[in-house]
Amino acid sequence: MADGATPANSAQGSGETRREFLYLTAGAMTVVGAAGALWPMIDSMNPSADVLALSSTEVDLAPIEEGQSVTITWRGKPVFIRRRTGAEINTAEETPLADLPDPQPDADRVEKPEWLILVGVCTHLGCVPLGQKTGESRGEFGGWFCPCHGSHYDTSGRIRKGPAPKNLEVPPYVFLTDSSIKIG
Amino acid sequence: MSFKSNNKVVQWVEDRLPIISVMHHSIYEYPMPKNLNYLWNFGSLAGFALVTMIVTGIILAMQYTAHVDLAFNSVERIMRDVNNGWLIRYIHMNMASFFFIAVYIHMFRGLYYGSYKAPRELLWQLGVVIFLLMMATAFMGYVLPWGQMSFWGATVITNLFSAIPIVGENIVTWLWGGFSVDNPTLNRFFALHYLLPFIIVAVVMLHLIALHTVSSNNPLGIDMKGPQDSLPMQPYYTIKDLFGVGVFLLAFSVFLFWAPNYMGHPDNYIPANPLSTPAHIVPEWYFLPFYAILRAIPDKLGGVLAMFGAIAVLFILPWLDRSPIRSCKFRPVARIFFWVFLLNGLALGYLGGQPAEGWYVIASRVATAYYFFHFLVMMPVILPMIERPRELPSSIHEAVMKS
Repeated sequence: MADGATPANSAQGSGETRREFLYLTAGAMTVVGAAGALWPMIDSMNPSADVLALSSTEVDLAPIEEGQSVTITWRGKPVFIRRRTGAEINTAEETPLADLPDPQPDADRVEKPEWLILVGVCTHLGCVPLGQKTGESRGEFGGWFCPCHGSHYDTSGRIRKGPAPKNLEVPPYVFLTDSSIKIG
Repeated sequence: MSFKSNNKVVQWVEDRLPIISVMHHSIYEYPMPKNLNYLWNFGSLAGFALVTMIVTGIILAMQYTAHVDLAFNSVERIMRDVNNGWLIRYIHMNMASFFFIAVYIHMFRGLYYGSYKAPRELLWQLGVVIFLLMMATAFMGYVLPWGQMSFWGATVITNLFSAIPIVGENIVTWLWGGFSVDNPTLNRFFALHYLLPFIIVAVVMLHLIALHTVSSNNPLGIDMKGPQDSLPMQPYYTIKDLFGVGVFLLAFSVFLFWAPNYMGHPDNYIPANPLSTPAHIVPEWYFLPFYAILRAIPDKLGGVLAMFGAIAVLFILPWLDRSPIRSCKFRPVARIFFWVFLLNGLALGYLGGQPAEGWYVIASRVATAYYFFHFLVMMPVILPMIERPRELPSSIHEAVMKS
């Protein structure tokens, strides 16, 4: 200890600039090293390659009749595909935006008006709404009804009544041919 | 412990739960002998390895499937598909070996400097308990990938218990949860492999409480007599321990990044096949000395007893070594036989990795006999007769100043 420091005050880092600098840089490098060691562990909990490989689904629409709904699985979630009737399309298109809690015109929610494609997860707390099968309640607006907390969706999958804040999500999809789509 | 803080929140907590003063006392102002050499780093290194194993292990458990049909593939999925899964698994695999390296050096350091002698008998015995728990944990962890070595290692080790007279077969059936190593065995091994590390943490806490009650031994093996013999933990030994961790990680990285499978066995990348035993099965390197002792005895029960006895003898070591002098520095004869014992241990390790045939068997028997001779005859009988210890320095401070 050529600079005359005693163990007592050097331990508290009082006024010794060189020692304080060493403490600071060593501490900073420790933080960088610890973060670098922790990141691979945290990242390992993100979706793995085999999960990402399942992130798109192709669907053949040809067997679906007008007025019929089917449910398929995409990324572990249900996707509702409904071939809407003319009446359903008209109701959806003619609803004034002022009546909607989450205003969005029907045209923005479909590629082709006949085909309505939605992620079948209620935007409130994640239940799957009823309305896909015949005989199930479709709610007060002829679309879907979530039994968990009573959210009503219309024939465009838009929220109309109940606690859900947003319309049912439209997944990314493209028409591969006139009668088949690829979701994701 | 007269800890006072100006921070009101800290003082409020301190008045109700003295956690801060205990931490302050044990990792800040705690007096350590000032003459410790780098062999005293291996306790903290073992602690570092334990934490690394638990952290990587929890991450791996999130991806692993404990089922005979799925386990092998789930490990391969970790290696190929999980983000950084290869890195985390290789850390877990190699740190297991480095944990044993640190612990073996820690134990041999204790042997050389007499760290097991009064008043540190319980401290030493708690260490032996940790060692036993580590062996059980490592063994069950090695079974989880469900490769050929996993399966046959599990079969051989569980069959050790069949050597117990009368109830042996029933115990083995109970261990397996069936009539061979199978899905129930894998499931319970996974559960226990997850549990035991936390029990190790608890015993490590007891080990540390015992350590801080009797304080660290040192290369001279004499007690600290006053402040002139000691240095506070912080910053002197915290920094020294951290520096040790840095060097340890450098050595670890060599294996992790350049030879991650060097200490493993390629047969474990073949899925378990209950109908075909690999030609040459060996345990992981850290079990080899004990494996050699097991095979050296030409009797089933005898071999098992000798193997467990090799560890049991460590429990009574504090009473087998009757010399009042701790450090081999002042024991000219014990020092020589310490090195003979170390070489004998390495020889046992080598022999445990060789096939059980020819001169290897003879050599294993000689080395096994010497192992027990060292503890049961050399230490309690021969050394007290032939050894005249050198004079001890009067204090650590005096010895440090002289050198």
